[in-house]
Amino acid sequence: MNAREAILGKARRALADVPDVEPVLDVPVVRPTPARDRTHEQVVDLFDERVADYRAVVERATGAAAADAVAGALAGRTPIAGSGPLRILVPPGFPPELVPSGIEVVTDGPDITVSDLDRCDGVLSTAAVGIAETGTIILDHGPGQGRRAATLVPDLHVCVIRADQVVAGVPEAVAGLDPVRPHTWISGPSATSDIELDRVEGVHGPRTLHVVIVGPAG
Amino acid sequence: MSGTFLGTPAFPTAARTALGDSQLRRNLAHATGTIRTKRAGVVGEVDEWEQLRLAGAAIKERVLRHLPDYLEQLERSLTAAGATVHWARDAAEANAIVVGIAQRHGTDEVVKVKSMATQEIELNEALEAAGIHAWETDLAELIVQLGDDLPSHILVPAIHRNRAEIREIFLREMGRAGKAAPEDLTDEPKQLAAAARAHLREKFLRAKVAVSGANFAVAETGTLTVVESEGNGRMCLTLPEVLVSVVGIEKVLPTFEDLDVMLQLLPRSSTGERMNPYTSTWTGVTPGDGPQEVHVVLLDNGRTDVLADPTGRQALRCIRCSACLNVCPVYERTGGHAYGSVYPGPIGAILTPQLRGVGSDPQTDSLPYASSLCGACFEVCPVRIDIPEVLVHLRGEVVDAHKKASRLPSVQDVAMKAASWTLSSAARTERAARAAGFGGKLAARVARRDPGGRTVLGAVPGPAGAWSDSRDVPVPAEESFRSWWERTDGGRSRTSDSDSDGGRS
Ligand code: SF4
Repeated sequence: MNAREAILGKARRALADVPDVEPVLDVPVVRPTPARDRTHEQVVDLFDERVADYRAVVERATGAAAADAVAGALAGRTPIAGSGPLRILVPPGFPPELVPSGIEVVTDGPDITVSDLDRCDGVLSTAAVGIAETGTIILDHGPGQGRRAATLVPDLHVCVIRADQVVAGVPEAVAGLDPVRPHTWISGPSATSDIELDRVEGVHGPRTLHVVIVGPAG
Repeated sequence: MSGTFLGTPAFPTAARTALGDSQLRRNLAHATGTIRTKRAGVVGEVDEWEQLRLAGAAIKERVLRHLPDYLEQLERSLTAAGATVHWARDAAEANAIVVGIAQRHGTDEVVKVKSMATQEIELNEALEAAGIHAWETDLAELIVQLGDDLPSHILVPAIHRNRAEIREIFLREMGRAGKAAPEDLTDEPKQLAAAARAHLREKFLRAKVAVSGANFAVAETGTLTVVESEGNGRMCLTLPEVLVSVVGIEKVLPTFEDLDVMLQLLPRSSTGERMNPYTSTWTGVTPGDGPQEVHVVLLDNGRTDVLADPTGRQALRCIRCSACLNVCPVYERTGGHAYGSVYPGPIGAILTPQLRGVGSDPQTDSLPYASSLCGACFEVCPVRIDIPEVLVHLRGEVVDAHKKASRLPSVQDVAMKAASWTLSSAARTERAARAAGFGGKLAARVARRDPGGRTVLGAVPGPAGAWSDSRDVPVPAEESFRSWWERTDGGRSRTSDSDSDGGRS
């Protein structure tokens, strides 16, 4: 007997006490319906607050100010090479009007190798959804978000999210995701507490996460 | 890592050694206390926490009670999404599959995401035996691996090490395994983390094959999930060409929507965060993004034996959050190594004997006694595993097994020693408890659990009777567990041993 048949057979015998009914009828799952009494504006405020709680940089910007915020996030950073412009990874589909001038743009794509990524000073991306209660950004790696590695290898991640993409809690976020796509949930910068429980930001992922929340009023 | 839990002395002996290690006890008390406080804070933020726990328990229960169907569905979804599914009855089969995949790709190293399942099957050792280096990439696991040590906690495996020790391990060992630590390395956590970053980045960037576990595997869609903090998981899951995930068959969730419940329960219970920094989900192969060859090894290794026990089955609901370790007065005093298994603490005390079977190994048989049955583990468990109930049930099994094989000389011995150790530990807790009415709560709890109407502990036959007799104390007035816990700092406040008003302010 092969391993598959053996395991399934053993599992069936182990469950001899379980009546042969629909799993759903056998064990009903009652999901809580969380009380939602915040206005969307308050939800976005909470998102702002909770992302900042993780020691990420958070900014609110409307319209044209968004481009300044993105440029500001890059200002003052030292290029890896030490001289010349910053090399910034920009995924296809990222709003061109938000790409600052004076940088070297590296366009993400399958031909960009891991060591190319490692030579980038930072990455710009959009997001798929934001969760206020947990301060989480979810990337589904659609347009503007790059491949999964794009927002991982460079040391700085500047993420632009629209206020209307922010939802209150985890259930709303999961309900809107397409399971076929890969997802990356990001809550603050990379962090570890493995040494005497002292929190240190930045082990392997970006050490700095800069979130720009775009419009309406900020 | 050449360290192995094999041959760890039975819990009472190992625990006694650990109790003599004051450094260890200080580290543990600090760690568990800190995480406990954080957890309580973020759990308190969620009004519907209890309903979430009920939903979490129901989701896992549904899976377990219909596991064959969900496994077949998972296999179909994974295959349709471009992954290759393997089945492994035991550690040897699982290891052979992973070694075979690495060999087919002609690599002599793999990078690894922290995974209990691969520790359980001792995959690193199997790979090493085949000439393939397995690099642990979680910072704590790296510390454990470089220190030729064993993990002592599910969430923070190197919690028994302090910064000075870690610095020494890095300075001594990193150079032998790859990029050396800088000579002027201090013991600042920031610097230590930076050294790990540099050391591991070299490995991430060149790795061809990665090995991971999975926190969840969705039957409906074939989606796997890894929950982590450092980004080492993301590195392993996306940079290499080939990804192999070893997944215990109990990790299945019915639907994608179920992730919503689990991703609310897990981080808050585990690290005491609203959400962990990184969660990755992937569904088979995504063209142009991430590994283009994806394997999933569905691992039994004793899980179907656990499934066969209707009382013990609930242990398979465990989502490895480690909350039960952090509230356990026994774990806090002994640390994880004393449990002699990759699964320490209360969950280890019920899972390990079931996975390995009772009646043949004194170490394993002593585990159901490694508890004071205070019930704190059940109260924090996000999927409501009634650990005390299973502990009591397993004590009965151990005693029965030994009765049947009563020619074995060690039989009475083991249970007696285990009982007496627990007893001496429990006695301390109990002095505090009696004064506080905690004993009443405890007695009420266990008595309520007995289907036969007698007190459960009275029903435990054989040598463990000595233990249960001592619990048969007059029932004092009840105080809620929570208030007792807060007032006495979980029974740790020394003064409460002798002074009924000894709570900390
Ligand atoms: S038994 Fe419960 S509390 Fe303990 S690790 Fe598992 S899920 Fe967490």
